[in-house]
Amino acid sequence: MEYFVHIGILICVYGMVALSLNLVVGETGMISVAQAAFSGIGAYVTALLLLALGINFFLAVILSMLAAGAIAFLVGAIFTRLQEVYYVFGTVGFNVILYTVLLNWNSVTRGPLGIPGIPRPELFGFIFSDNHMFLGLALASLAAIYGLCTFIKNSSFGRVLHAIREDEEATSVFGYATHHYKLAVFTIAAMFTAYASGLYATYISYIDPSTFALPESIFILAMIILGGLSSTRGAVLGAFLLVILPEALRFVGFPSDIAAQMRQMTYGLVLVLLMLYRPQGILGKFRI
Amino acid sequence: MTLLRTKRLTKHFGGVHALDGVDLSFEAGAVTALVGPNGSGKSTLINVLTGFVPMDGGHVLIGDSVVPDGVRSSDVSAYGITRTFQSVRLIGQMSVLDNILLVLTERTVWGALFERHGAFHLDSAQKTLTEVGLWEKRHELAENLSFGQRKLLEIARAISMNASVYLFDEPFAGLFPEMRTVVSRILRRLRDQGAAVVLVEHDMELIRDLADHCYVLDSGKVIASGKPADVLREPHVVEAYLGK
Repeated sequence: MEYFVHIGILICVYGMVALSLNLVVGETGMISVAQAAFSGIGAYVTALLLLALGINFFLAVILSMLAAGAIAFLVGAIFTRLQEVYYVFGTVGFNVILYTVLLNWNSVTRGPLGIPGIPRPELFGFIFSDNHMFLGLALASLAAIYGLCTFIKNSSFGRVLHAIREDEEATSVFGYATHHYKLAVFTIAAMFTAYASGLYATYISYIDPSTFALPESIFILAMIILGGLSSTRGAVLGAFLLVILPEALRFVGFPSDIAAQMRQMTYGLVLVLLMLYRPQGILGKFRI
Repeated sequence: MTLLRTKRLTKHFGGVHALDGVDLSFEAGAVTALVGPNGSGKSTLINVLTGFVPMDGGHVLIGDSVVPDGVRSSDVSAYGITRTFQSVRLIGQMSVLDNILLVLTERTVWGALFERHGAFHLDSAQKTLTEVGLWEKRHELAENLSFGQRKLLEIARAISMNASVYLFDEPFAGLFPEMRTVVSRILRRLRDQGAAVVLVEHDMELIRDLADHCYVLDSGKVIASGKPADVLREPHVVEAYLGK
């Protein structure tokens, strides 16, 4: 049972990150490969504030969201003016830089040793030390982020994002400063991601830079493409499937000496087949 | 009253002079036609006036005020200018209604985030879509409309903006006769309401029927201007269109 609770918490965390990224990629059409970087900012700021200052988790995670939002705003101010492939490479570069900082800023991040002993969240004296209770918190958080993303998608703001995705040039002629919209959604997504990863850090109780490297950003991008771009349900479904799939492959019976590689290959094959036969993803309507 | 003017406007693409010192003025309450053979600079002019391509020289004036460094696309609606495109550019994966609501909503990020559409927006959209005969199709995706319907939707989107200057780039091209009647009626209504209507068109009968004034462009220069009935008879205008 503990195993399923663990998987459930991971699905919730990845679901929140995927929902955030879907705002940028699915709704706005900006292919971003930097979500792991914002995840890293959220996790490290939360962990450092909890351990160094001993403040409440919810205050720490709000501060981490502000930190991620501020950094996203600064880098986004440059990136959102870049066109298509240059924007993608910009986000790749940012993720690589952030990972390198986490790995080498030993005095703050402890470098490759990571940060252990991150305490669980506490609310009105109640500590979420039990994983079942933590799952409840993760589900409530997922529901809140899902609701916020749905609100954004259905607002006039969301309609402008869709218009930017399809024809940014024409949208601008109707009086929209499109880069303001792109910057706003990039920042909002970074803040939501920081919340999810702050929660993740307290669940796992240990973080190190490898969790926030470039492959993780690609993994999150794969989730929303699999689930279906521009679909909030699709983002959660993609997170569910890509968390479940590697776990399910544990029970296939691959020889133990090559099991890990076979799981990776099978997982890759599923993605290739999906792109061949349903490029818009399972629940998606929009193709990149 | 002149709503929009250009002075010695130039635009070059490499060695090609798409606009070569063009002086034009567009008056309130008038339909001004821009005619000329393909490649004469008509669409380039509209693209420069709406910030799609930067100008290389000259001035654009809104009323009596010079727009410094030319028009930026995101400022176009603030200047009271709107346009349609020679090749229709709708938001295809959006419903017909949403294509109209897009131009009726708040332009700022915060305003758009917390805005909820009220009766005003829907009434306005209904009025416009009814005028072009698309209200019944309001829930269909724009990309699923026929070519003529998409053209009408683009015109509906432009007139929803309640602008003072309308730049219509070949709005009649590819339309059935009944659709052309609808567009003609809209252009006349906008003129009667005091807007400056700019019409790029190749159909000379339509120009004689609709336009109050006419500019003829050839190789990026204005080669004639005046009343359409007079201008379109001038030998060098006929020669520019049909050759010697």
